[in-house]
Amino acid sequence: MSVLASATPVTAEDRVSVASNWRLVWWRFRKHRLALVSALVLLALYVVVLCPDFFSTQDPEATEARLAFIPVQRLRVFEGRHASPWVPDVVGKRNPTTLRMEWRVDESRKIPVRFFVTGYPYHLLGIVPTRIHLLGAAAADGRDRLHLLGTDRLGRDQWSRLVHGTRTSMTIGLTAVTFSVVLGVLLGGISGYYGGAADAVIQRLIELLQSLPTIPIWLALTAALPRDWSPQQVFFAITVILSLVGWTTLGREVRGRFLALREEDFVLAAELAGASRRRIIVRHMVPTFLSHIIATSTLAIPAMIINETSLSFLGLGIRPPAISWGVLLQEAQNIQTVALAPWLLVPGAVVILSVLAFNLVGDGLRDAADPYSQ
Amino acid sequence: MAPMTRYVLKRLVLLPALLFLFSVVVFAIVQAPPGDFLTTYVATLASSGSSISAEQVDALRREYGLDRPIWVQYLRWMENLAKGNLGLSLEYQRPNAELIGERLLLTMILALLSFVLTWIIAIPAGIYSAMHPRSAVDYVLTMVNYVGVATPNFMLALILMWGAFAYFGVSVTGLFSPDFVEAPWSVARVVDLLKHVWLPAVVLGVAGTARLTRVMRANLLDELNKPYVTTARAKGLPEWRLVVRYPARLALNPLVSTIGWYLPALFSGSLIVATVMNLPNIGPLLLRALINQDMYLAGSILLIYCFLTIVGTLISDVLLAWLDPRIRLETGIR
Amino acid sequence: MTTPVLQVKDLRVHFFLDEGLVRAVDGVSFDVHPGQVVGIVGESGCGKSVTMKAILQIVEPPGRIVGGQILFQKDSAPAVDLTRLSPKCAELRAIRGAEIALIPQEPMAAFSPVHSVGAQIIEALRLHERQWRPTGPRLTRSEARSMTVDLFRSVGISMPDERVDAYSWQLSGGLRQRAMIAMALSCRPRLLIADEPTTAIDVTTQAQILNLLRELQRRHGTAIVFITHDLGVIAQMAHYVVVMYLGRVMEQGSVEQIFHAPKHPYTQALLKSIPSVNVAPRTLLPTIAGSIPHPLGRPGGCPFHPRCPDAIPGVCAERVPALRPVGPTQLASCFLYHRDEAVEP
Repeated sequence: MSVLASATPVTAEDRVSVASNWRLVWWRFRKHRLALVSALVLLALYVVVLCPDFFSTQDPEATEARLAFIPVQRLRVFEGRHASPWVPDVVGKRNPTTLRMEWRVDESRKIPVRFFVTGYPYHLLGIVPTRIHLLGAAAADGRDRLHLLGTDRLGRDQWSRLVHGTRTSMTIGLTAVTFSVVLGVLLGGISGYYGGAADAVIQRLIELLQSLPTIPIWLALTAALPRDWSPQQVFFAITVILSLVGWTTLGREVRGRFLALREEDFVLAAELAGASRRRIIVRHMVPTFLSHIIATSTLAIPAMIINETSLSFLGLGIRPPAISWGVLLQEAQNIQTVALAPWLLVPGAVVILSVLAFNLVGDGLRDAADPYSQ
Repeated sequence: MAPMTRYVLKRLVLLPALLFLFSVVVFAIVQAPPGDFLTTYVATLASSGSSISAEQVDALRREYGLDRPIWVQYLRWMENLAKGNLGLSLEYQRPNAELIGERLLLTMILALLSFVLTWIIAIPAGIYSAMHPRSAVDYVLTMVNYVGVATPNFMLALILMWGAFAYFGVSVTGLFSPDFVEAPWSVARVVDLLKHVWLPAVVLGVAGTARLTRVMRANLLDELNKPYVTTARAKGLPEWRLVVRYPARLALNPLVSTIGWYLPALFSGSLIVATVMNLPNIGPLLLRALINQDMYLAGSILLIYCFLTIVGTLISDVLLAWLDPRIRLETGIR
Repeated sequence: MTTPVLQVKDLRVHFFLDEGLVRAVDGVSFDVHPGQVVGIVGESGCGKSVTMKAILQIVEPPGRIVGGQILFQKDSAPAVDLTRLSPKCAELRAIRGAEIALIPQEPMAAFSPVHSVGAQIIEALRLHERQWRPTGPRLTRSEARSMTVDLFRSVGISMPDERVDAYSWQLSGGLRQRAMIAMALSCRPRLLIADEPTTAIDVTTQAQILNLLRELQRRHGTAIVFITHDLGVIAQMAHYVVVMYLGRVMEQGSVEQIFHAPKHPYTQALLKSIPSVNVAPRTLLPTIAGSIPHPLGRPGGCPFHPRCPDAIPGVCAERVPALRPVGPTQLASCFLYHRDEAVEP
């Protein structure tokens, strides 16, 4: 054995046999190209989450009724031959009957787009005050409004709102699942490893929670939140509510794993070798299904995102003025409005994209982490 | 007595106790928002311009029993339930049983339709996908499935409704055209229903179909590697017949056992889609009741839902045991 | 010299994996005569199972038969080359189960857990009815059932009437294997392929099963291809032995020749490593040096040369020895006997 350890790995099979478990998982994951691309997409989204103001073009909460329903100003990269990003200008005309401003895109007038422009003030990462934004318009007459995804009925820039909504929705998904996982692993572990009375109680609790209809319970709990809570409080409460019901599936699985693992030979061997209980749990049992937990958690995030989006869409989750994808989609509830301004549906596309990405990454992780798959 | 019968009886005996427990939880949840039905009622009146005097509010409060402590209200509810009376809706001022009954038929029709659609498409698609992995059809199906699972129900509803409206000028809300909403049942009404019901059925079915196909494919792929498939092939069975009779049958078992979960869904339909598409289902009824704290209505609906969930779980477990003789014949079910 | 039931000529089965090409079977040839038991013996990974699967054309993708012939003699009809038939075609399906039957390795996993064993045997009977009963009325349910009960009795299953309705996991290991044998023999095949039928059962039951197989074989004149890694079982059962290593045949011959006069160093090493009661106590058990290489890392030249005590430097590592006669009916692929006969790369 010592001969093998001291020799440097030369052949392919040697490298495989001395690679640690995580290395192996990474190698297998790398082979799923789709999962890799999706992981990159998610990474990009979370970069946006870190600093939404940097990526915004306007203050997401600034309303101006006059600028309602401005259509999408599509970003073009090339002007003629060279790369010089621009957007078409918009022209407004007051409708004589409704007295409302109606906007349309004018392709003949071009507004150049610049990078790292000065815009509305904000705090980078919440600490550093600055005014730099990634994109901005630099029109000849000094106008700097840029609406990459149009505006809604209150004249609010959709692109900036989408960017901010991304932060809320993606964070809720992540934190809710984290809570669920912690709860599930903790309670499931106690239940499975110690058995006895603790197991019985926790099992009944899980059965109780699983028999309750989830959506109505969510509805009821979120409707119970006082109307005057601040957005942060609401955010936190929604996270807790979402995770309270979600931990049961994971808890059951973890319990099952612990029950099965307790009987495994390698646990017996560790016990016979004199290892303490905690050491057995942490060093021997948990690593066997840690990768499985990670994969399952990744697959649980999209469900949380969809749940939060649905709840907020109904008006029961995140409430305005806080912004999430669901809140944005509330504007699209009215079909007539949507027919007029189809760009209001774009947040839905982002939901689908992010959920798709999470699912692909989760599947890739699950396949890569399964020690028995090819 | 067969172990299966013993098991079912044990679960049935526990049912009333569980329901009682659930009724407490449900009532607590419904009462959780601050204030009560009247506070919301007064607020709605105020925002629409009219008002109501304090004495009138108090009178109403006494009449509805909202001035009694919560546990008294709960006991009143329990008392009525024991007599089979689901209580009165404070908002609609009609018996809850009537309100629920009206919408029950349509809710069930819609749920059944989407259920049938889902299974008819998903199972063959899953089997085909597993038998021809990595083929072009498999890739297309897999991609469609992924997107289908990723699309929230209501999002799909929105997109389809917008598409129908923007490109065909058709407004696809509700289950009936305006003429037929209140009309009595007739052949024409059924036809009208069929014309409208396909869209919600598709919306409800898409995510379920996508998920079911993926699970069926995964299960079947696992089973296809097992030795009994090789033996069957070595016996000379034609490929399609052997797949359906052996591994597909085994792959289906865990799926069929989830049929029991459809029972509560039959009752509540899909809350969110029903709200978006303005369907006369029980779902939107529940939503309004929860928001307005119409407590007996909300409580009754939730309790029925819990009951159906428990029964549905029991049916699932029984089905699983019945289909898999390994579980059925082994003494003592876990 | 009777016509062989089965003639395998230079069979090659390759697996096209993402990681590379695995030559699971790389030029295997042997004949099986009617009523003969041919034993294929070798360590794990030598390709014996894949050979068996190739005969029935049930090799799983990404594996594929890439060369060679498998000639099967059906009664008086001209021999059929099984490799030319598409795996799903009707002709092949008619052969499987009725002419060539399989006794798989693990009877527990090889029976469907949700159908009774009787039902699975009746299915085989019904499927090939027109082959073992070309004329006459169709099989009725009670007929099929009584035939199955008789089959069970003939393989030594007690209480056959009750056992027909049992599930495979309700039977003990020995009974399961007998049921499996009953299913394989139900349509009176000409050739039986037994894939390690005794590996999953204990030694006493093993002896019973082997006796049963021998008895049945004598009674019906079925030829058997017996796959195992257990030399003791080979010695009991086989008339002719094929020794495989890493997809190639090292040596083949009659059982007496192989056991009493092994020519190939690999066969000799295998036989030496069998523990013996006749040796002085506390003698070290001889083993074969080294271990079986990873399928993707096959050594060039003769596959055995890295572990061979008699390897000729400069020769065995460069070229692959061809299978050539070293006795009246014995063949070996070793440069010790045929220095100049190598396989074309």
